[in-house]
Amino acid sequence: MLFRENGQFKSSYRADLAMLPIVQDRVFMLALVAFAFFAVPFLASDYLFLSIIIPFLILTLAAIGLNLLVGYCGQISIGHAAFMAVGAYAAYNLVLRLPFLNFLVVLVLAGLIAAAAGMVFGIPSLRIKGLYLAVATLAAQFFMDWLFARVKWFTNYSHSGSVSTAPIELFGWAVDTPTRKYLFLLSILIFFTVIAKNLVRGHLGRAWMATRDQDVAAEVIGIRPVYAKLSAFAVSSFFCGIAGALWGFVHLGSWEPLAFNLNVSLNLLFMIIIGGMGSLLGAYFGAAFIVMLPILLNRIPDLLGVPLSTATASHLEFMIFGALIVLFLILEPHGLARLWSIGKQKLRLWPFPY
Amino acid sequence: MKRQLPVLALCSVLVIGLFLPLALKLSAPGFWMEVLLGGLMAGVLYSLVALGFVLIFKASGVFNFAQGAMVLFAALAVARLAEKMPLWVAILIAVAIMVALAYVIERLVLRPLVNQEGVALLMATLGVTYFLDGFGQTLWGSDIYEINLGIRREPVMILDNLFQGGILINRDDVAAAIVAVILVGALALFFQKTKTGRALRAVADDHQAAQSIGIPLNRIWVIVWSVAGVVAIVGGVIWGGKLGVQFSISQVALKALPVVILGGFTSVPGAILGGLIIGVGEKMAEVFLGPPLVKAFDLAGGGIENWFAYVLALLFLLVRPEGLFGERYIDRV
Amino acid sequence: MQGKLRTALACAALAAAGSVAVVDAAFAQAKEQFFPVLVYRTGPYAPNGVPFANGYVDYLKLVNARDGGINGVKITMEECETGYATDRGVECYERLKAKGPTGATAFHPLSTGITFALTDKSFSDHIPIITTGYGRADSVDGQVFGWNFPLGGTYWDAADMLVQHIGKKEGGLDKLKGKKIALVYHDSPYGKEPIALLQERAKMHGFELLLLPVTHPGVEQKATWLQIRQNRPDYVFLWGWGVMNSTAIKEAVATGYPREKMYGVWWSGAEPDVTPAGDGAKGYNALVFFAPAGQGQVQKDVLKYVYAKGQGAGKQEEVGEVLYNRGLAAALVTVEAVKKAQLRFGKKPLTGEQVRWGLENLSLDEASIKKLGFTGYMTPVSTSCVNHAGEAQAKIHTWDGKKWVVAPTVYHADNSLLKPMIRASAEKYAAEKKIVKRDCAKEAD
Repeated sequence: MLFRENGQFKSSYRADLAMLPIVQDRVFMLALVAFAFFAVPFLASDYLFLSIIIPFLILTLAAIGLNLLVGYCGQISIGHAAFMAVGAYAAYNLVLRLPFLNFLVVLVLAGLIAAAAGMVFGIPSLRIKGLYLAVATLAAQFFMDWLFARVKWFTNYSHSGSVSTAPIELFGWAVDTPTRKYLFLLSILIFFTVIAKNLVRGHLGRAWMATRDQDVAAEVIGIRPVYAKLSAFAVSSFFCGIAGALWGFVHLGSWEPLAFNLNVSLNLLFMIIIGGMGSLLGAYFGAAFIVMLPILLNRIPDLLGVPLSTATASHLEFMIFGALIVLFLILEPHGLARLWSIGKQKLRLWPFPY
Repeated sequence: MKRQLPVLALCSVLVIGLFLPLALKLSAPGFWMEVLLGGLMAGVLYSLVALGFVLIFKASGVFNFAQGAMVLFAALAVARLAEKMPLWVAILIAVAIMVALAYVIERLVLRPLVNQEGVALLMATLGVTYFLDGFGQTLWGSDIYEINLGIRREPVMILDNLFQGGILINRDDVAAAIVAVILVGALALFFQKTKTGRALRAVADDHQAAQSIGIPLNRIWVIVWSVAGVVAIVGGVIWGGKLGVQFSISQVALKALPVVILGGFTSVPGAILGGLIIGVGEKMAEVFLGPPLVKAFDLAGGGIENWFAYVLALLFLLVRPEGLFGERYIDRV
Repeated sequence: MQGKLRTALACAALAAAGSVAVVDAAFAQAKEQFFPVLVYRTGPYAPNGVPFANGYVDYLKLVNARDGGINGVKITMEECETGYATDRGVECYERLKAKGPTGATAFHPLSTGITFALTDKSFSDHIPIITTGYGRADSVDGQVFGWNFPLGGTYWDAADMLVQHIGKKEGGLDKLKGKKIALVYHDSPYGKEPIALLQERAKMHGFELLLLPVTHPGVEQKATWLQIRQNRPDYVFLWGWGVMNSTAIKEAVATGYPREKMYGVWWSGAEPDVTPAGDGAKGYNALVFFAPAGQGQVQKDVLKYVYAKGQGAGKQEEVGEVLYNRGLAAALVTVEAVKKAQLRFGKKPLTGEQVRWGLENLSLDEASIKKLGFTGYMTPVSTSCVNHAGEAQAKIHTWDGKKWVVAPTVYHADNSLLKPMIRASAEKYAAEKKIVKRDCAKEAD
């Protein structure tokens, strides 16, 4: 009743091809963005920002990156935290050695370096696919782990192997309070979401999806696999590199090579499985879920009044993780995003059942 | 002739590797032998885990990422039960537990996902890994537990007269190798001579054909997972006896992935050989390649063995994706 | 059926999302001092993390049960699992730093990696980070690191004392020339911390330093020990944690390296490290600071007031182990700092800043240690604004197969060597992070 598209006619191609063609969608999205920018800074506590919202924003960006590769292009990667590490260390070295650069330029450069690394480790995808590719990406993960721990140049010869960064200065404005960090990250995330959405709707995205669905047929109709796959690796590593740089600079402040280990890679993968592969909204849902689950697991026993030792809570977290992954794969392989779109479908017909 | 090519290549590599130091008159050929033996022994451990992978993949086409967690779970069960009863009773009960686990996994995880693509199954077994990790630690605890196999830890020196200082051999490594050989032999007998073994091979070849001649697919899968569970127990007892049973073992089992790639996903001798190659390659790279690299590039220490196996697997994937002994047809691009 | 399950899944997801928005209940202005407890009871470091956490928690419970709190202010605590992972440590910190009527008292990260991350936040959050026997070696300098307290000593102190001990064994530090010392270290900030000092000492005395990192979690050490067998160092220093320690000793047995020549830092010398290797660990040595293994007055009190009532955090047999006693000592310094701060600010719940004053004016001497029941299980600590660690001292204890035997010699770090290194490193950090140094003379009043 409320969500009907009745009476919304498009009279130009431009209007028809808009990102949010339905007026209700557009209004909702604008309201959401306005709420996020103007209302949330006053409503949320510092703890909420630092523990939940800021990790959520950064991990969403990384999940979008991985989703472009796994969900849209169909290439499996279980070592993507390696590219986050590349982005983080690249940003650190750029800030250290070229301090006159604006931080936004640093971010883009770090992303480009990560994209280059992604293309290199994406070369095996031209020969193999499926779980063989998954193991090849593991090589990227462990190699990067080793590289940043061993080659001292990357950590500026720090004798402890860990690097620390000063708060970001942007146009004379220090990004140090939680609210400022939040606004900075939110702008970056929205910017890159729009870019990703347009990429996916355009020629490149269609090439990716064709490669994912039927790579031989795609090649037959003229989509070069080298172009499609390497570009997927490059773009997804670009996103993850920027996410990694933000994770290190904004969220952690100081990190060691273990901060981007295999667990982070697997977490990213879980985010997109649970959120929904092949859907940008899925990246948001998945990231929110993964960020909130450990916190929920800590809160719920308190709320229910059942004391839980931290060890048991930690084990429970693993168990629930694993069980949920299996559950989602069985019940809803397209993740939370699909549940959301089913909800929206029902909304279109409401209050009628069909 | 084409099947023999990889075997020939492998044998020549091994022969060269064994006699190269003598040919080059290396200053410490005895130490080279020690590293070689150490690598072989490490390789045996990897092979035991890889065997589980191969068995399950052969029979059901599922890549069981959870094999490492199963090894850990089995080892924990044996270690904790052995505190209260004799070791062999603990092992028997652990076998029962693993069979039950196999049944539960097959019923709850695999059957609903029967027609999904390989990736979904891979991720489902990833979920199983996490679940088993947490569940195992909830049941059995996070401390380091000991499995006392009664083997003395002190090394034995052999060939004192031939090499300066003798060559170091560990008794438990030798025991591990012997057990692995017995296990592979038993598995070979099982597959070749028994009815169930033949049924398993039939299912591995072609699911539909096997079903059409009346082989119950679900029961076969339970049997396969149980056998993999038993292999996991053997692997877990040996790893645990050597290193002590603790959560971190499941991470080390991740190394078995490159082993399976090297050997071929569907080949039992491939798993063994792949494990040996990876074990030897790792240790050799770490001990002999590491220090020169550190000096040349001013690195903060070695640690090459962390990525060596994976990069080796990567190279293999580019050149010969089916591995040394795998079937020629795989999903190539 | 599938549809119903799907709906259920969606509803559960929504409900879960909603429950996080539940705001924390406002705290009544109770007379409570909140102690956050960062622990790792799972993962590869649990065998060592658990006894320390139990000791810490048990002492706080003892203070509540036996003394009625700190001068009437009850202690409340909450554990948070970090798994020795830096990002989880940061998350636990954020979650707990504002809890309680006056916020968190102080944090014991029990991980050098987490310490590095929290140090940056301490400058804006004003909560002390107590790193007893670990943490940043340069955080002794209180003028730059105003909120870090490496009470009991740092890794530079530890490495220095080990070199002194070996020098003594060899008959003089000059006799170390030409010797080989291998450092088998955990590949993390914890393991890398002593390298700078060992390299200095190697230059000074002419011994060769062999660096052998072991990757987390430390279960794969075969190649490391084969290299040791190849190089045959005269001594091996072990800087491990968790599973890495026991694996190192087992591998030493397997490659035939004499355990008498192995020296562990004070975090590599506890019961969980040696018991897995059984008889093979006989002769293994390690540093011990603050408290050796054993049971004194305070352990008896813990058994009487806490365990007898079934409130003990761990197993009764663990009371008196090395790491357990160290946990007791860590809790002791925190409680004593609060007590000292209460003398100045009043007997009420205190903020982190006020507790910091207490930590900077800590003076635990033998008499007060005796009054607290810690004789033999605590060494004197005296801090100031400039020196946040006090005078580090340690002994060497050796495992004889059944228990630790403590050698009588007390070692102190060589401050003439360490002070300039600490100052240089602290200056570098201050410049990098644009920290304004404190002026201790001005603050003292």
